[in-house]
Amino acid sequence: MPSLKQFRVRIASVKSTRKITKAMQLVAASKLKRAQEAAEAARPYAERMERVLANLAGSLLNNPGAPKLLSGTGKDEVHLLIVATADRGLCGGFNTNIVKLARARIEALLREKKTVKIFCVGRKGRDQLRRLYSSLIIDTVEFTGLKRIGFAQAQGVAKRVLEMYEAGEFDVCTVFFSRFKSVISQEPTAQRLIPANITGGAKADELKGASYEYEPEEEEILQALLPRNVTVQIFKALLENAASEQGARMSAMDNATRNAGDVIDKLTLQYNRSRQAIITKELIEIISGAEAL
Amino acid sequence: MADKLHFDLVSPERLLMAEAVDMVVVPGSEGDFGVLAGHAPLMSTIRPGFISVKNGNQPEFRIFIRGGFAEVNAKGLTILAEEAIPAGELNAADLDAKITDAEEDLRDAKDDAHRQRAQEIIDQLRQIRQVL
Repeated sequence: MPSLKQFRVRIASVKSTRKITKAMQLVAASKLKRAQEAAEAARPYAERMERVLANLAGSLLNNPGAPKLLSGTGKDEVHLLIVATADRGLCGGFNTNIVKLARARIEALLREKKTVKIFCVGRKGRDQLRRLYSSLIIDTVEFTGLKRIGFAQAQGVAKRVLEMYEAGEFDVCTVFFSRFKSVISQEPTAQRLIPANITGGAKADELKGASYEYEPEEEEILQALLPRNVTVQIFKALLENAASEQGARMSAMDNATRNAGDVIDKLTLQYNRSRQAIITKELIEIISGAEAL
Repeated sequence: MADKLHFDLVSPERLLMAEAVDMVVVPGSEGDFGVLAGHAPLMSTIRPGFISVKNGNQPEFRIFIRGGFAEVNAKGLTILAEEAIPAGELNAADLDAKITDAEEDLRDAKDDAHRQRAQEIIDQLRQIRQVL
């Protein structure tokens, strides 16, 4: 049985842990609100961009002159995986879930004898992947110290990716991130960036049989639109990730706070029991001492 | 009053406008064009400039946009702006910063096509700066 002092020390230590986790939960909650707003505000742009692109691409897809960003390089050999995670831990299974999804894909690709390149955005993902695939990681970007993700960060990442694509360093690009569904549920997601993912363009009846007029030419618009789409999809992924991270941290810290409370209750109960036991023991000693006289 | 045009203006950061209006004048890369309800489907790139929104008796509303895309279909007009700032909030210092940025792009440009595009953007930005 630990001594009373040991109990007191442990209770004090769990209490201060609870204070920290509680504070982290509150900070995450307020950051979450901002991150969630940003993610939701960015969704319309990304969605409309996809729709516009789908409308355009439908007419051009089978055209041999279609841009490479749309039709792909015609090969399927080298895969670039962008793994977007957080720079900080203590957010439950958030980082691990994204990495797990990426790992499953990496293993599958390696089994098919494809070449895999990994581009890590965020420190935690790199730390986890480095243990297993350090030779495959080609680059890492960290946003530590940044208050919020801006469009400029996404542009930086997209620029690197596009440069590598133009240099023919990979054929297919997929981004891994966590889609923000709600505060308690974030879904790790893989999204293909290059060649552009085009599904669900405008249906024919939406256009009432009319076809689009293009200004300037279709090809020229596509040339400008496709790189932009890559940037926007990366931006969206980063924002969804930021919101998911805060959501995951908030629920993880909420659990930790509650758990600390339970531990404190249990320890306090044990402390009181052993205090009473000591008092009882002392009383018995005094009484039996008095009786002996 | 005739039918209204549904107008969406979105920038990467947020949805700026989503409402029914009478007419929107868009600075297309090959010339300004006005869009009213029932316009034929059209897709166009946009040069830096002002879009102006006219709605009923309200005064014309002007928004500065720095490039992007416009799409017109049966549902209405959608503008995907790279950056959008209501004209009232635009100030000379911001614009100067953008010109400096664009000049950097010009220096970084690798081939003629990029260089030409960067030069065009600078020219257009300078024009707007002068108007301001």
